[in-house]
Amino acid sequence: MTVQISFTLNGRPTTVEAEPATLVAELLREQLHLTGTHIGCDTSQCGACVVHLDGLPVKSCTLLAPALDGATLLTIEGLLGAPGSNQMHPMQEAFREHHGLQCGFCTPGMLMTAIALAAEKPDLTEADVRHGLEGNICRCTGYQNIVISVMAGAAAMNAAKGE
Amino acid sequence: MGNVIGIGAAPKRKEDQRFLTGRGNYVSDIKRPGMAAGVFVRSPHGHAVLRGIDKSAALASPGVIAVLTGEDAAADKLGSLPCGWGISDAKGVPMKEPPFPMLAQGKVRFVGDMVAFVIAETPDQAEAAAELLAVDYEVLPSVVSVLEAVRPGAPQLFDDVPNNICCDWELGDKAAVEAAFKKAAHVAKLSLVNNRLIGNPMEPRAAIAEYEPGTDRFTLWTTSQFPHVVRFLMGALVLNIPQHKLRVVAPDVGGGFGVKQFHYGEEAVITWAAKRVKRPVKWVASRSEGYVSDRHGRDHVTEAELALDETGKFLAFRVNTLANMGGYLSTFGPNIPTNLYAPLLGGVYTTPAIYCNVKVVFTNTVPVDAYRGAGRPEATFVLERMVDVAASEMGIDRVEIRRRNMIPKEAYPYQTPVLVQYDSGDPMGCLDGALVAADVKNFGIRKAASASKGKFRGLGYSTYVEACGLAPSRFAGRLGARGGLYESATVRVHPTGQVTVMIGTHNHGQGHETTFAQIVSEKLGVSFENVDIVFGDTDRVQFGMGTYGSRSLVVGGAALSKATDKVIAKGKKIAAHLLEAAEVDIQFEAGNFSVAGTDRTKSFEEIAGAAYVPHNYPLEVLEPGLEEQAYYDPVNFTYPGGCHIAEVEVDPETGTVTLVNYTAVDDVGTVINPMIVEGQLHGGIVQGVGQALFENAVYDEGSGQLLSGSLMDYCMPRADHMPMMKVATHSTLCTHTPMGVKGCGEVGTIGSPAAVINAVVDALSHLGVTHVDMPATPNRIWRLLQNASLPVAAE
Ligand code: FES
Ligand code: FES
Repeated sequence: MTVQISFTLNGRPTTVEAEPATLVAELLREQLHLTGTHIGCDTSQCGACVVHLDGLPVKSCTLLAPALDGATLLTIEGLLGAPGSNQMHPMQEAFREHHGLQCGFCTPGMLMTAIALAAEKPDLTEADVRHGLEGNICRCTGYQNIVISVMAGAAAMNAAKGE
Repeated sequence: MGNVIGIGAAPKRKEDQRFLTGRGNYVSDIKRPGMAAGVFVRSPHGHAVLRGIDKSAALASPGVIAVLTGEDAAADKLGSLPCGWGISDAKGVPMKEPPFPMLAQGKVRFVGDMVAFVIAETPDQAEAAAELLAVDYEVLPSVVSVLEAVRPGAPQLFDDVPNNICCDWELGDKAAVEAAFKKAAHVAKLSLVNNRLIGNPMEPRAAIAEYEPGTDRFTLWTTSQFPHVVRFLMGALVLNIPQHKLRVVAPDVGGGFGVKQFHYGEEAVITWAAKRVKRPVKWVASRSEGYVSDRHGRDHVTEAELALDETGKFLAFRVNTLANMGGYLSTFGPNIPTNLYAPLLGGVYTTPAIYCNVKVVFTNTVPVDAYRGAGRPEATFVLERMVDVAASEMGIDRVEIRRRNMIPKEAYPYQTPVLVQYDSGDPMGCLDGALVAADVKNFGIRKAASASKGKFRGLGYSTYVEACGLAPSRFAGRLGARGGLYESATVRVHPTGQVTVMIGTHNHGQGHETTFAQIVSEKLGVSFENVDIVFGDTDRVQFGMGTYGSRSLVVGGAALSKATDKVIAKGKKIAAHLLEAAEVDIQFEAGNFSVAGTDRTKSFEEIAGAAYVPHNYPLEVLEPGLEEQAYYDPVNFTYPGGCHIAEVEVDPETGTVTLVNYTAVDDVGTVINPMIVEGQLHGGIVQGVGQALFENAVYDEGSGQLLSGSLMDYCMPRADHMPMMKVATHSTLCTHTPMGVKGCGEVGTIGSPAAVINAVVDALSHLGVTHVDMPATPNRIWRLLQNASLPVAAE
């Protein structure tokens, strides 16, 4: 038995048919071919799967697809500027600038969490960032450059807002 | 020409664009037409006789295509998983090497051992069918700790491996060590455990296999650090597939740390299965599945003794270690606690005599193999803890005792008593740099400030050396390696002067696409943007040994440098012809070939063009085309090293250890890209801190259950566990690699556990604490404090 789910995905109206037990992460990866959202664990610990649901960060591996009905979902693929453009989000730019990634597997989830953190609090401190990244594990970077990236990305987001 | 970005620059990484935008191509992202899903059925018991498997209910389950077991593999005459390294005892008796079947046969030997592979239309259907597989186990007692496994009467994993001892291995001059101990003024002793770890790259392992009947070719996409080695081991030794009929691809891989450098049974089973069911088959591990199937790391129990003279000079070092292999021999398993461990027990010191005995032991646990650092963190931990114990027992300052025993810079090259010869190094320079960077002279002020809040502050040192860039093939062969340890690179210059490099190392976070492009950009004078690095595909790359043991830049970079030199040499021949000059008069500089002493010159692009459009070309003496290949076999290991200083604060109320400062000064040789090197150091340090403070794989003795079987029970370091670290390099150049590079991927993990634990012990030393085993969790520290004789509040 499948259900019909209609939602806004990265700015576009989208309707899918899915089993009610389908996880959002699976729906994105298997049905919608958006493989930027990663699955790193089965216990909601790692944060590789973070997306924004109605503007708030959620772990898409623990969310059932029917919860999307009527909602707005943003994934890593939705961060780029105009469709077809390669214009990166300031947070993406900051991660590149400050070497906030190595293997790249945790990166989409980190970025989604980071953007939400920055949006929530305009003047993030290092402690805020470290605390805010508690739900995202990175095995490669030792976090230092991620923390630096998030602070720089947040500053750039604020500056962009001010303009 | 254009944008040359060379050695020492820090361009932003080429690979980042795709990772930052969600366009990486990891194995789990790949789909093939007609793809089926596979699920492994794994033993829930640590040790059991496999009495039979009834497939009927599983086969009748919806969507099921096939169920394969060890019996099917045996019927198809498939080999078992090969061990890549054969060690021997002192008398030359080879290790016991029981077969490691890809699907269990007769017995299961650890929780997670594979007993069947279920293939269905969808992953859910495969899961459901796997639940229905009726496996008849006769459960046996399990043994999980090495101390228990070697006891008489312990459960025996293999009939022909008495006392579960795979090999009783040794290195060093036992008699010289005994003599030195006799005349020692002081002997310091230490018993310690190096805890078992789970690598946890963030991408779980995955594989897809496909068989094309038209060409009789197989393709395997797998999360591997060394696809050519997988092709070789699996094709030649397990599945009997000719090498030219087997393509192994390791695309973007989400971290490895050693865990993905072995040939795993899953890869062999899935490749075999793809032909049997005539469908592409995909398997993606869950994180928890990874806990019982990814190879584990470390797991030593050690007794060490250091003999010193009255001035604190080290006379001899004796180490006895029991090393856990788990239930079978993994690809490099027996090599890690022996050849990669004992030769590093000299550290950066002039200890004249060293002896090490290692009993390599089977237990009912996941097989143990190389994990970031592999053997070298274990050696460093024993030695650097031992040095602190000796210093405190003899009342010598910990920095002073290190200085008194350090190899002076002038003494390099330095031959140790345990095989290895360090080519270059400056341990004292690293120590001096770290003392300043860590502001050690004001530590007392910080300690007093902590004390005023009721906290204990401690400082810990680790001065270490590692051997990396594995290794001369001849040397490795003598030590039991069953493969070569060279690397290869092909530099393909296109007619318009752009360059594609095919290299045998594998990039899974280390930034090869950037670093290797910098080398080519500098050497050929071509634009950084005009260089692409190809890796990870046996159909595109000639051959390679992959990435592990910090070998990529050291060995692969050297192969690349050599191949680039060949391109320049051929370019000179072409230029000599075009410029009508003698070849010896052609100079190559900044992307231009010119005749010495003249202004006659041809650009790199012009030479490339002429090579591919050979109208006016001496075809009798020169082949068209501009593509060169080199294989490089190193002449020695390289020896990075350095000094790490950790500062911790312990809360006696809760036992919580907080890492408050961390400083590392490392000698990694030539730094090609400082941004990437710093990132490698950060990541390595935190992995070592993870071992020291948080991570531990715990088994239940008797049942063999893995108690820390998911991220819920295995504590991984998170962003708020760490302070900002200070890292710097203080490099001496490697004397035998073409660019002077030494390697940097593992140094952080090698230096940090000892630094952190030495700091914890320092913080608690006033309570009589002399050693803390890893991980120094709040629970462990709190118990220690409860047992300490001194009243906590009196401090
Ligand atoms: S995959 Fe969602 S938290 Fe790990
Ligand atoms: S970059 Fe590899 S896990 Fe974070």
